[in-house]
Amino acid sequence: MSDALLTLSGVHTHIGRYHILHGVDFSVPKGRTTMLLGRNGAGKTTTLRTIMGLWRASQGSINFEGASIEKMDTPDVARAGIALVPETMAIFSDLTVRENIVLAARDGPPDERRLAWIFGFFPALKKFWLSRAGTLSGGQKQMLSIARAIIEERKLILIDEPTKGLSPAIVGALIECLQELKRGGATILLVEQNFRVAQEVGDLVCVMDSGRIAHAGAMADLAADDKLQQRLLGLSLDSHQ
Amino acid sequence: MSAAESQTLDAGAALPQQKTDYVPILLPFALALVAYPFVGSFSTWLTLTLAGLAMGMMIFAMASGLTLVFGLMDVMNFGHGAFISVGAYLAMVAIAPMAGYAHTDALGPGLLALLPAIALAMIGSAAAGYVFERVLVRPVYGQHLKQILITMGGLIVTEQVLYAAFGPQINPLPRPEALHGSIDFAGAAIEKYRLFVVIVGLVVFALLQFLLTQTKIGLLIRAGVENKEMVEALGYRIRRLFVGVFMAGSALAGLGGLLWAFNQEQAHASMGGEMMVLTFIVIIIGGLGSVGGCFIGAVLVALLNNYTAFLLPKAALVSTILLMVVVLLWRPRGLYAVTSR
Repeated sequence: MSDALLTLSGVHTHIGRYHILHGVDFSVPKGRTTMLLGRNGAGKTTTLRTIMGLWRASQGSINFEGASIEKMDTPDVARAGIALVPETMAIFSDLTVRENIVLAARDGPPDERRLAWIFGFFPALKKFWLSRAGTLSGGQKQMLSIARAIIEERKLILIDEPTKGLSPAIVGALIECLQELKRGGATILLVEQNFRVAQEVGDLVCVMDSGRIAHAGAMADLAADDKLQQRLLGLSLDSHQ
Repeated sequence: MSAAESQTLDAGAALPQQKTDYVPILLPFALALVAYPFVGSFSTWLTLTLAGLAMGMMIFAMASGLTLVFGLMDVMNFGHGAFISVGAYLAMVAIAPMAGYAHTDALGPGLLALLPAIALAMIGSAAAGYVFERVLVRPVYGQHLKQILITMGGLIVTEQVLYAAFGPQINPLPRPEALHGSIDFAGAAIEKYRLFVVIVGLVVFALLQFLLTQTKIGLLIRAGVENKEMVEALGYRIRRLFVGVFMAGSALAGLGGLLWAFNQEQAHASMGGEMMVLTFIVIIIGGLGSVGGCFIGAVLVALLNNYTAFLLPKAALVSTILLMVVVLLWRPRGLYAVTSR
């Protein structure tokens, strides 16, 4: 794909004795939101962590903006312009909300206008600006985790199951935030178990199974094809609406 | 539901504001108050309390680096005592040419005599820490058993190098004359050196707190103690930070070694190793990686040790162990839990 920002080709990842990714191939086009779906244990989180350099690819190549990044250390991958919102949120609970954001803003103090833009989606972060992040609720921790990834403009944002365990009200705010990011031209690779969320924000979809890409195409096509969903994900759209 | 509605719901959610956990901060005060009626005499209590505070500051200086190294790097550095001994010996080397200043009663020249000793002890220990990290610790990151073995080996080697360089004898290390003697206050004799040590300890604690809470490097250290991986995912090279923290921790241990050596008025190569049990108890009580916890833990341990040694001399040795047991039963990860370890 000519407009691909990120391309994985034949990526294998081993974690200890376990062979998790078995030759993953897919591309993430610039300015689009690509969903990475699949059953538990399919290798979605491992794929994100391998892109980020947190786990090394044992084989294959990962290209970002035409440069090979599979041998890079994680800080270099981050400085190349890739941000990660991990499944565990990984906020620094001993630090305040402000301190978490200050750390995420590598290039200097957080930009006031961008901060105001983030507060527009997540007003709780403004309210608890000086509170210890460990005292936030699960949803607010997720907001902080996302805010950390977008406080400065990044070329690619990797987000791992942001709606997991959150109330519908907070999921709504997250969807609105993701859609606003899309409107701003951000490129997002999003792992998500909630099919409704995937449908609302995804442009493209890759479905993983047993450490491989089993299907790649437009999100709208998958959403419209019940049988394909059943075959790839073991679900029908009706049961998830 | 619209975004606006969901945001309103979210913003309105009742959540606790930032809370400071004051209970551990109150513990040393409570201990001092509880001890007072048992000690009986105010002047004796004041002398014991100040001696305990001074001892606490020396232990804090020695242990503060260890708690950061433990918390941030997950390194079990059983060789930390080596930097305490190195600091003491370097102080001895640096104070010798300053004998003219050290032998006057005036406070100014007396303190001036200490400055090169403090500088050399800290810089020399930091350099020793750099070599220690590069040669011994770096190859065994993430391997706890090997860390224990190799850092203990490093401690033994350092002790032997000091014996080889300075001889096996205990070396006298008199304090500057200006820090000898005592000041009378409320009927109690307050030793000048203890007062000096308390001031140094408070300054070190204040500087560390400032560094950790008011600077970006401090934020990175605190964040790294909690989640190294995420700090790297934000684009920061944690390895470089590790080396810096290891060196700073070693420098603080060197300062602690200097203070302890002048307190004992002697330096010997095994003095660092002898302090290791106490420093480990302090960082466990305080919570691994917590400088504030380490400070409170050091003061608590030293005060309790002093009061117990006065009231029940035979129980002094076990009092610190008992304190650790009680604290861990109450808070299994120490007074201020920073890491999940």
